[in-house]
Amino acid sequence: MSSALASHPGLALIVGALVLPFLRGKARQAAVLVIPVVALWLLWQLPMGTVWQAEWLGYQLEPIQVDRLSRLFATIFTLMAFGGGLFALGQSSRIELPAAFVYAGSAVGVTLAGDLITVFVFWELMAVGSTLVIWSAGTRASYAASLRYLMIHLLGGAVLFTGVAGHLVATGSADFVAMRPDSVAHWMILLGFLVNAGAPPLSAWLPDAYPEASWSGTVFLSAFTTKTAVYVLLRGFPGTELLIWVGLFMAFYGIVYAVLENDMRRILAYSIVSSVGLMIVGIGIGTEMSLNGVAALAFTHIIYKALLLMSAGAVLQATGRRNCSDLGGLFRTMPLTAACGSIGALTSLSFPFTAGFTSKPMITTAAADGHLFIVWLLFGAASAGVILHAGGTFPWFVFFQKDSGLRPPEAPASMRWAMILFAFLCLAVGVWPQPLYRMLPYPVHFEAYTAVHVVTQLQLLLFSGLAFFLMLGFLKRTATVTLDVDWLWRVLLPALARRADALLAAVRRQVTSLLAGGVARLGVVIDRERRPYGMLVRTYPTASMALWVMAMLLGYLVLYALQR
Amino acid sequence: MSSGKHWLDEPQNVKRLWRGFLVLLAVVLAAEFLITLHPHFEVERFPVFYATFGFLACAAMIGAAKAIGVLLKRPDTYYRADDE
Repeated sequence: MSSALASHPGLALIVGALVLPFLRGKARQAAVLVIPVVALWLLWQLPMGTVWQAEWLGYQLEPIQVDRLSRLFATIFTLMAFGGGLFALGQSSRIELPAAFVYAGSAVGVTLAGDLITVFVFWELMAVGSTLVIWSAGTRASYAASLRYLMIHLLGGAVLFTGVAGHLVATGSADFVAMRPDSVAHWMILLGFLVNAGAPPLSAWLPDAYPEASWSGTVFLSAFTTKTAVYVLLRGFPGTELLIWVGLFMAFYGIVYAVLENDMRRILAYSIVSSVGLMIVGIGIGTEMSLNGVAALAFTHIIYKALLLMSAGAVLQATGRRNCSDLGGLFRTMPLTAACGSIGALTSLSFPFTAGFTSKPMITTAAADGHLFIVWLLFGAASAGVILHAGGTFPWFVFFQKDSGLRPPEAPASMRWAMILFAFLCLAVGVWPQPLYRMLPYPVHFEAYTAVHVVTQLQLLLFSGLAFFLMLGFLKRTATVTLDVDWLWRVLLPALARRADALLAAVRRQVTSLLAGGVARLGVVIDRERRPYGMLVRTYPTASMALWVMAMLLGYLVLYALQR
Repeated sequence: MSSGKHWLDEPQNVKRLWRGFLVLLAVVLAAEFLITLHPHFEVERFPVFYATFGFLACAAMIGAAKAIGVLLKRPDTYYRADDE
């Protein structure tokens, strides 16, 4: 058990996170880079199968259970901790990186968990770590956003726990196996998972909270919560048809809101919801080809979305501006950031020779193979719509567009190297996908680079690009926010609470004044009756007392006679 | 780099980029007729289906977003009170 404890890559990240606050200068920088590498090394030392078993309250726990799917996700999570750590080396907040490593470590813990109890424990730890990442930005807005974020995730955690408890009672086993939404407990588990995926109806937590983190914090946030949710849905609910429609809704919701958004990182946040929606569609389709595609897309999405948010973070750090309407023309003085951001954008579009082209089309192919015409068509439309968020809107309005007059310096070295690393991965997996394919859960029967794939994909993308440039006038950013469901808990519910509070106060005033009036009147009566000749202090003549005693005795006699 | 004009600042060059883009569009349209497609669905038999679909889908999504924006857009100071 102790050796199993020491070999858990997630716990290695978490322990490393607890050591970080005590280190300074070069030692700290070295530790930030070494800890994720150690975790990755530990992960690949683990044999397949159940490595660590324990018993708790009569349930069999399997805190480390390795298969191809869990190893793939744990690999990308540790890689992400490394890239994010490198990017955040210059971050002055001393809380953010330790919090991010706890967050990454617990995400790894979820992927390696073979039972639902361990899943839940790491699930909650992830909520704590990510809340601290948002909170450590140190602004009032980030504090408020982190509280809203925490409330939603505690709610989601409570729903998940209810489901897990129901599942334990019904089956007597804590094993995390594939389920169907066929009982209240399983529905609760599914809903708990979907909250973290950014699914409706609570989806707005993601675009609300992520852009309030620091320039480096959002990079971590983009990777773990939603992709852990994709992982547990992949393992827990493959082939659940409902997920197809939930995912399609998310895909278009993300696109529409991204079109209306001005904040560059909020555009990317809606883009995350849209992409995760496409993954959830793939989980709903549920064939081996489709699930492989989802796993591959999750892997590449973490890389390219982190890269996009790194370039956005570099811009934010250099300019202090976050809105597209205040940015533009930055390619002049930040050429490397612009180039890396553009590579991330092309990858998000699934452009040939990027990692997007070797992953996402697997899901399209699965939809076509299953003759799911409507799903295939809508999936294609949402894929073309990437040009309207991460693929076109973001790089165009931030790096090109008009000349905003800003001439910020290029990002510092640690940030540049992190972006170069992830841009390299985007291209490497695009050109040479076989290593990724070998890590996927099922054998891969998919050829990305066929003439048909390349030509049809280029047609789809280049003509959606044409639509983008022809309709740029409609896409101009405005200094606005767009109401989302978070309006319910930021405006409507507080307003209702205030209204209810006012109502209660009025009722209380009425009741108080009524009571006070009654008591006051009673006081007046008592006061009057205790004066001389009042009822309470009056003296009674002896004769009338004797009369009353006689009446009482007579009454007693009558009663006695009646009883006989 | 930070002083002087970038080559993308020349309208001439932007025009060249546009021309290059249009040529590329023509090439990917023409390429469809040089290869054999393996359509899964009837609509794929329609010539240049993917190009048409990509263009129309984006136009439709922009239109839908604008319509929703009319209802749901607010000034960006809308939530400021509860953040400060």
